[in-house]
Amino acid sequence: MDKLLEQIKKGTVWAFPGGIHPPQQKSLSNSASITRLPLPDKLIVALKQHIGANGKLLVEKGQHVLKGQPLTAPAANWSVPVHAPSSGVVTDIAPMPSAHPSALPELSVIIEPDGKDEWVALNKNKNPAELSHDELINIIHQAGISGMGGAGFPTYVKADTKQPIEFLIVNAVECEPYITADDVLMREHAKEVIQGIEIMQQLLNPTLCIVGIEDNKPEAIAAMKQAAEHNSKIIIQTVPTIYPSGGEKQLIKLLTNREVPSIGIPADIGILVHNTGTLFAVQQAVYEGKPLIERIVTVTGNTIHNPGNVWALLGTEIKHLLDCQGFSPVPQQSVVMGGPMMGFTLPTVRIGIVKTTNCILAPDHKELAEPGPEKACIRCSACADACPASLLPQQLQWFAKSKEYDKLQEHNLFDCIECGACAYVCPSEIPLVQYYRVAKVEIKEQQAEKIKADRAKERFDARKERLEREQEERKNRHKRKPAAKSDDEKQKVADALARVKNKSDNGGEKSAVAAAIARAKAKKQQGEELEPDNSEVAKERALRKEQARQYKEQKSQTEVSTDTAPVDDKKAAVAAAIARAKAKKAAQAVSEEPQNDAPVDDKKAAVAAAIARAKAKKAAQASEEPQSDTPVDDKKAAVAAAIARAKAKKAAQALEDTEQTVSEEPQSDAPVDDKKAAVAAAIARAKAKKAAKALEEAEQTVSEKPQSAAPVDDKKAAVAAAIARAKAKKAAKALAQAEQTQELQIDSAAPKSADNNTDDSSNSAEADKPKSADDKKKAAVAAAIARAKAKKLQKEGNNQS
Amino acid sequence: MKLTMASSPHNHSHKSLTRLMLSVIAACIPGLIAQVFFFGTGVLIQLVLALVAVSVFEAAIMLMRKRPVWPALSDGSAWLTGVLLALSIPPLAPWWIIVIGCLFSIVIVKQLYGGLGFNLFNPAMAAYVLLLVSFPVQMTAWLPVTDLINTPISFTDQLRLIFTDFTASGFSLDQVRAGIDGLTMATPLDTVKTDIVHGLTVTESMQKPLFNEWAGLGWVWVNLGFLVGGLYLLKAKIINWHIPVSFIASLAVCSAIGYIASPGTEPGTLFHLLSGATMMGAFFIATDPVSAATTNKGRLIYGALIGLLVYLIRTFGGFPDAIAFSVLLINIAVPLIDYYTQPRTYGHGAVK
Repeated sequence: MDKLLEQIKKGTVWAFPGGIHPPQQKSLSNSASITRLPLPDKLIVALKQHIGANGKLLVEKGQHVLKGQPLTAPAANWSVPVHAPSSGVVTDIAPMPSAHPSALPELSVIIEPDGKDEWVALNKNKNPAELSHDELINIIHQAGISGMGGAGFPTYVKADTKQPIEFLIVNAVECEPYITADDVLMREHAKEVIQGIEIMQQLLNPTLCIVGIEDNKPEAIAAMKQAAEHNSKIIIQTVPTIYPSGGEKQLIKLLTNREVPSIGIPADIGILVHNTGTLFAVQQAVYEGKPLIERIVTVTGNTIHNPGNVWALLGTEIKHLLDCQGFSPVPQQSVVMGGPMMGFTLPTVRIGIVKTTNCILAPDHKELAEPGPEKACIRCSACADACPASLLPQQLQWFAKSKEYDKLQEHNLFDCIECGACAYVCPSEIPLVQYYRVAKVEIKEQQAEKIKADRAKERFDARKERLEREQEERKNRHKRKPAAKSDDEKQKVADALARVKNKSDNGGEKSAVAAAIARAKAKKQQGEELEPDNSEVAKERALRKEQARQYKEQKSQTEVSTDTAPVDDKKAAVAAAIARAKAKKAAQAVSEEPQNDAPVDDKKAAVAAAIARAKAKKAAQASEEPQSDTPVDDKKAAVAAAIARAKAKKAAQALEDTEQTVSEEPQSDAPVDDKKAAVAAAIARAKAKKAAKALEEAEQTVSEKPQSAAPVDDKKAAVAAAIARAKAKKAAKALAQAEQTQELQIDSAAPKSADNNTDDSSNSAEADKPKSADDKKKAAVAAAIARAKAKKLQKEGNNQS
Repeated sequence: MKLTMASSPHNHSHKSLTRLMLSVIAACIPGLIAQVFFFGTGVLIQLVLALVAVSVFEAAIMLMRKRPVWPALSDGSAWLTGVLLALSIPPLAPWWIIVIGCLFSIVIVKQLYGGLGFNLFNPAMAAYVLLLVSFPVQMTAWLPVTDLINTPISFTDQLRLIFTDFTASGFSLDQVRAGIDGLTMATPLDTVKTDIVHGLTVTESMQKPLFNEWAGLGWVWVNLGFLVGGLYLLKAKIINWHIPVSFIASLAVCSAIGYIASPGTEPGTLFHLLSGATMMGAFFIATDPVSAATTNKGRLIYGALIGLLVYLIRTFGGFPDAIAFSVLLINIAVPLIDYYTQPRTYGHGAVK
């Protein structure tokens, strides 16, 4: 380490392999001092001029902005703002061709300068040494400074490096032919550049700062040496003129004999590299408070009358630069942004310059070699001799042509810095760099594809596994469920029903409620068939909302229906008796269903359904037969019978639907352990009790009403009887459904509501957990839901009746 | 304004394939002059024949492959092959020898493998070996240096010999080749080898008029001519130093070891370096970029292996010279050498 420092201080410069000596062409533009361009008619300021994220737009169309006013505010990481380069009006904010090889449109703020060039208030700092680290970083950040040498990396990120920095390297090499922007900057503003370096020293506290300048800039070297005299920690190192010594990695090798690891950054080896122009911008931001709104651009080439360096506002159209320096285009003119080795040709000159634009080159056809046709590679390896990264460009080229991507990576394609030295020396004029660029993009695409495919496969495997697991669970459940619903429990349910039946009722209102519940259940389950994913929670909420209104309506309507049930004495008594009988029968028949249905594997469900259907038919028949026997007059009897039949059918239908629902729902149902089953049974019992009570109430209402409402004519009595019958039936059905639904809800409601957002509602593990955690709560919720539904549907039922 | 778009870099070194090939051909001139001086104008006749033949074959095969003729022909690679082949065969070999050689090198060795850049073997050397194996008599019928020939052969007689096998006065090539003492003379390499087999020491063999004190008459100058041309190639950065240096060093070391081990039967380093096609091989044959190793380390290995093989074949083999065989044999090993001698890329390993 000490030895290295000593060597560096002695002026030792190491060498990197390869390199070329293209014609310098620098004298074209480095003799004149920097001029300032007249204000352009418009400024196209791209929001993104660096590596990283766009800032957040702060201005709008039509707004007047002052020079230096921020147009964007940093938003995400690696986001630096852009500023208005001159005072004026924002005429538009639109995507404009960008300063990129592709010229892809980039959102830009278009400003029409008002000619006043009026600054915002600037916050100058006389003595930056007093500023804290964070204050300095913030100033650099808010000034919108990003690397001005090439890539445009946000400077504040680099300056805020947490790794210890041993060497701060200032890249003043400017190895690209033609470009002299840094050269003239150092000649004219060496003091400011050194001040910028000192700010960086303050921020990073490196052991040594090495300024690398190519030996073809003697004036710049002298100026810098003089400006840095007072600071012993700054060394101005002269490096030989060889392209690409200004490449970051190459310069590090030249100045410190270290190599940046292939997958790494200079900070990994304790080195940080800043461009001269960037440091000048830092100085301007800290000392003068000026954000980065202008930079030096070399405008050069044989088609330019006055080649030289200009201070150009960011966003100035290239056309303005060319016009101001005098431009006589030749046929098939090309305009290069950057130097002849790594610059890119522009599709149009209507592009605003950006923070990284260091040169506009407009060559004629003599100064730069015309590209000839690509010839066969003779493996002369001149490219390998020129490669500064010690790659084998010739081999890479063969692999790129044959699309052998693995071989390309094996030969370290991604260590290629695209300096163009290989293509420059190739006697066969093979556009090697272009091959590598394409190959790199293709490899990256392929890798992205692979990642995507891997993810898809993962997802597929997970899904397959889940489906298998579910199937397994279903099988297990079919085995377990009958056991869960033990005879003992069934007995309990039956007992409960029996108890309920024996209970006396309290009033007609409840029977109506029960009937409504029944209808609602039937309907709901029909609906559920179509939309099995309906959220229980949502329903619950909706139902609760309607509760108040429903309750009102239901009340009034029940009264109406009660009032409109006038039956003639005799007939009514008979009809009532019949109705009672039927209702009981139906109730019995249906109330047995849940017990049979409870163990619901497919087969059993089918059997149960068949039984239920048969029973329902029987019930329907039963309702018909007694009627024909009763001594009512023909017409009325026929009407009543028809109504009864229809009702019976409806009931049967509803029952079937219920069965179907019952037989289908278990698929999404989670297996329940004994405890849960017990809880469910208890709840079911409760429901059953309630329903049974309601049924009995209904029956009683039917049987009582005729007695109380004495003077009614025949016809009305028959109708009323039929209605009563129907209601009784419905109530009975409702009881059955209530039981079934109750069980199902207990089983399925929990997982459904818990995993409503996932498509994995029947994951038993997930379902079991919440259940065992709070069975009671859920049961209560389910009960509440059931109640709500009952109320709602009671209303409907009343409407019907 | 319509702007021309291009991919970077936008400049070029102005090096071109044609210039490269013509430079190599030009670098052959000193060696060629020496050959003409010592072995007669027959060399020039062979040269013209070869240039015509390779042009015709190259054009024909490009037509057959439905590719543009002129770009292929104008890159000069075929001409270089022709020149090297013409300089390798005996100057008065019958015309069909060189024609067959050109046909084989251009059509079979180069174009059937895919054209320039795709051939595994050095075309000139592959053709030379084909000719040597197929027509050993014609291919070993080297004239002695003109000083030693009984009756000097006129240009027309050389033409006649090449095209009709006989001079105007009816002498065959064998008769013409007879030396002052009436004996047919072989090349110095051949002579030494044969003499050693016959029990003579190298010193005794070297007493023959065919030799000056340390190598074959004329051949020394031919080799020196190619050395000069080779140095020009190095200077002009058309070839890298690795192959010629390692080749010559390897041959020198091997022959020195041999000489030390057995001074009586080993002709020594200088003899090896300045006999036969050593210098031509070192600077013009082994450095053929297409068939040689492409990494610098690989080139060192490649050259050294050729040097070793040349020594071994010359000393223990059945053929008079060994450049062609050695080069072809090591051509086979090139992909392997290249694979194992990739340079360390910047930032990979050995980073301090």
